[in-house]
Amino acid sequence: MSDRIMSASAALAEALHEEMARDETIFILGEDLTAHAGIFGQFKGIPEKFPGRILDTPISEAAIAGCGVGSALTGMRPIVDFHFSDFVTCGMDEFCNQAAKIRYMFGGQVKLPMVVWCPDGAGLRAAAQHSQSLEAWFVHTPGLKVVVPSEPADVKGLMKASIRDDDPVMFFQHKRLFRREGHVPADPEFIIPLGRAAVKRPGKDVSLLTYGSGFFLCMDAALELAKEGIDAEVVDLRSLKPLDMETVAASVKKTFRAVIVHEACVTGGFGAELAARIQAELFDHLDAPVLRVGAKDVPIPFSPPMEDFVLPKPADVIAAVKTVCYR
Amino acid sequence: MSTDKKKLLEMYRTMVTIRQFETMAGEYFAAGQIPGFIHLSIGQEGSSTGVCSCLRPDDYVATTHRGHGHMIAKGADLKRMVAELFGKVTGYCKGKGGSMHIADFSIGILGANGVVAGGLPLIAGAGLSIKLRKTDQVAVVFFGDGASNRGPVHEAMNMAAIWKLPVLFVVENNQWASTTPQGYACALGDLCQRAAGYNMPGYSVDGNDVLAVRETTLKAVAAARQGEGPSMIENKTYRIRGHFEGDPQKYRDQAEVLTWQEKNDPIRRFEEHLVKSQILTKKKSKVIWDEVKAELDAALEFAQSSPYPKPEDALQDLFVNA
Repeated sequence: MSDRIMSASAALAEALHEEMARDETIFILGEDLTAHAGIFGQFKGIPEKFPGRILDTPISEAAIAGCGVGSALTGMRPIVDFHFSDFVTCGMDEFCNQAAKIRYMFGGQVKLPMVVWCPDGAGLRAAAQHSQSLEAWFVHTPGLKVVVPSEPADVKGLMKASIRDDDPVMFFQHKRLFRREGHVPADPEFIIPLGRAAVKRPGKDVSLLTYGSGFFLCMDAALELAKEGIDAEVVDLRSLKPLDMETVAASVKKTFRAVIVHEACVTGGFGAELAARIQAELFDHLDAPVLRVGAKDVPIPFSPPMEDFVLPKPADVIAAVKTVCYR
Repeated sequence: MSTDKKKLLEMYRTMVTIRQFETMAGEYFAAGQIPGFIHLSIGQEGSSTGVCSCLRPDDYVATTHRGHGHMIAKGADLKRMVAELFGKVTGYCKGKGGSMHIADFSIGILGANGVVAGGLPLIAGAGLSIKLRKTDQVAVVFFGDGASNRGPVHEAMNMAAIWKLPVLFVVENNQWASTTPQGYACALGDLCQRAAGYNMPGYSVDGNDVLAVRETTLKAVAAARQGEGPSMIENKTYRIRGHFEGDPQKYRDQAEVLTWQEKNDPIRRFEEHLVKSQILTKKKSKVIWDEVKAELDAALEFAQSSPYPKPEDALQDLFVNA
């Protein structure tokens, strides 16, 4: 079967259609889902095809998250739409104290198959409370899996894997990338297992370790770097927990240099965790310090010149690469 | 509403079991053999027993940090409970949970909860699951007067009401939220008045009258099973012990505690009723207390002779698909 070109939103919808047809315990709940098939049109065709299995809720994030947890504990496979990832703060107890801990603190008695779909990221002039990248909070909470796709095929393959996983998965998908198109395999059994990174651009001089929107920054930067004779390898991590450290290690052992790129602000971000692991596990293979590229440590500002200034750009990736390559 | 003699004696035995379990737990905690914190529900046995006497094994219960009574009333295994309190590998959670985190999913107990009001959003989810799966189960959440002031309570009750979920919201008003009196923390006299805000039935019951609790719960459970939606029940009771064992309780007059203990003990009240109704004799009552004691002694022996988990067991049970 050949690939098709489709948007990330269409890829998500296709994953949901296929999985919901396969397993009738899967259902979707969240705010404002049926009127426009999701506020980003991400659930196209689902209200018509699966009536009663996509539920509009009141604006009650704690109860929405709790409904996900409680239904997952009692035989269902909920997909919780959280509207904007920024609102996770209103369901934080349900995610971090309940979902993350229930299986463990009850001694493994039960499974909790829930996917929390969190549209995240900046660049839409949506300001401080609708633009964040919060994945690191959840990586820091044992008991949750954290997935951050970039291209449409990743969205589809990772969503299908997340739905079939018996553990709670926080699924962050960048809002600015919904319409971005890409190749998506037609095989309905196309699945990307959690914890498997992809080397999307092989290179020999430096490893760009990235995920989500950072992937596109890295690809743009790699094109520019190639013109200057620097051959960058781009590794799309795709899932942060579980993390594919093997692929990271293989890349760093080849290039001896690593730059970690994400849209989230730098301090305490996932890059800190990955940099720590690289220096601990691959110290002998490094020819330069591991550098991080991310947003500046402020809330995302509204006015376009300020938002653009705060977010990481390909030029920042290029500058970091030149530093580690001593160029 | 009549309840047969066998059921009444079973309820009495349940209340006695809860009382003796918690008395034992208090003693072993004081002796340093139970680690951490424990919160006892002595004096609240009428609520746990009355409510759970109306439930089936496949019905769901979510409970609180003060949850031993709800667990026992729902049918939990004493040996595994005691072993969990002692932190042993044979406990319900293999020692990972302790008193505040016991669950038995095989009999519908979705767990005690260390977060005040943490059970309410979850129970809405269990209720939604029942509705989507089209069964006639019900889902019950216990919470305290302190919890009733938290935001998730509002969200969960509203959600259950709009979707007519088969949920019972049972608030045990034991007058004290940790050190804070209920009357200080909430402007309402009867907490069941909150139910009106969600257009669901709300009942205030003498929570130390186990039969009154049962009668009200039967009504609410029947409505839930018939698809009529959620109800709220306020069981007015009293927390005889401190918030936690070892609580110096400087915030309340011990005379108040003694009055409840001596004049309004739910077990004694039920016993007097059973004796007066010629269902129980003093002699038979003693047999029940002795039998429960023997059962608890066996549970204690089981717990004490059980091994601790291996330290590295701490790394197990995080994920299904690791």
